[in-house]
Amino acid sequence: MSDLVIAVAIGLAFGFAIERAGLGSARKLTGQFFLTDLTVFKVMFTAIVTAMLGTFWLGRLGILDLALLSIPDTYLGAQVAGGLIFGAGFALAGLCPGTSCVAAASGRLDGAAVAGGLFAGVLVTGLFFAPLQRFYESGAHGAWTLPQLLDLPYGIVVFGVVVVALAGFVAAERIEART
Amino acid sequence: MLSFVYRSPIVRHDYADPYLAGVGLGVVLLAAFAITGHGLGASGAFGTTAAGTVAAIAPRYASGNPYFARYLQSPGGPWRAWLLFEVAGMCAGGFVSAAMAGRLRREVERGAGVSARSRLATAAGGGAIMGLGAVLARGCTSGLALTGGALLSVGSWAFMLCAFASAYGVAPMLKRSWR
Repeated sequence: MSDLVIAVAIGLAFGFAIERAGLGSARKLTGQFFLTDLTVFKVMFTAIVTAMLGTFWLGRLGILDLALLSIPDTYLGAQVAGGLIFGAGFALAGLCPGTSCVAAASGRLDGAAVAGGLFAGVLVTGLFFAPLQRFYESGAHGAWTLPQLLDLPYGIVVFGVVVVALAGFVAAERIEART
Repeated sequence: MLSFVYRSPIVRHDYADPYLAGVGLGVVLLAAFAITGHGLGASGAFGTTAAGTVAAIAPRYASGNPYFARYLQSPGGPWRAWLLFEVAGMCAGGFVSAAMAGRLRREVERGAGVSARSRLATAAGGGAIMGLGAVLARGCTSGLALTGGALLSVGSWAFMLCAFASAYGVAPMLKRSWR
């Protein structure tokens, strides 16, 4: 029971942050793909860098046991194909699953339409899952991480992601200043 | 900092600074790691709702379907899923944030030359395509890109790069509809 209370509390904070950032707006999100408003990139990468650094340092200081964290499993083929399909739907819809819920909650009917479409898409894919299953299970690598892939220490990869993100933020500000 | 949380609801306010909102989102993600051991999510709530719906109509079929069965076998069943409660909280959080900033408004967000009906159809269609992609990839922008991005999962980064590449590929065809 308390588990579900925590779920609601974390969801509250998650939804609050998304709406604050303006990510409940399809116009703002699509601005990312037209290179007129790079809020999506800035918010996402600041969040990734913040959580990544927090995880790394809390682990290093012995406050958080990183072995207890569940890292999303890698199924390379299915995730590359799924990503390509998802991205096309994302550009078309202007919202992703989480942001569509926030858009709908703030009164936007297009957000509710995206959520409805998502439900239908997941339902139909589930109904026709049998022929997809082999592909779905293919390329399984388990909890595979970038430090393992690159054969570099965790700290070096964390540092590298920070450097790439900072360079990305500089580029994003320049692109926005241009338009 | 206070302006991130509260602003007078009398006027419609601008969105928060993207970097500040990103740090906020990152702290929420980090808290999810520390408290639950897993991160955030959104598309899984649609999966568990679809599984629960199918099970209510055709229980024997649903438990024999490998995609739906996974949700049905989780502790407490499909309607007690952690992600379902997190997404409910997310909607509430988005609502509260929008209300506090005077941004609650019933509307169909769309480009000038696009009818509301056409925008809703595109939104639902894009949502359905994302549903297929999210099932294949085992997650979306929240559960895979954000969560796995911070934990440096290879599959998450592959998904994220493919999703953005695909969205950039499709976007030029959609630019006119957002003018």
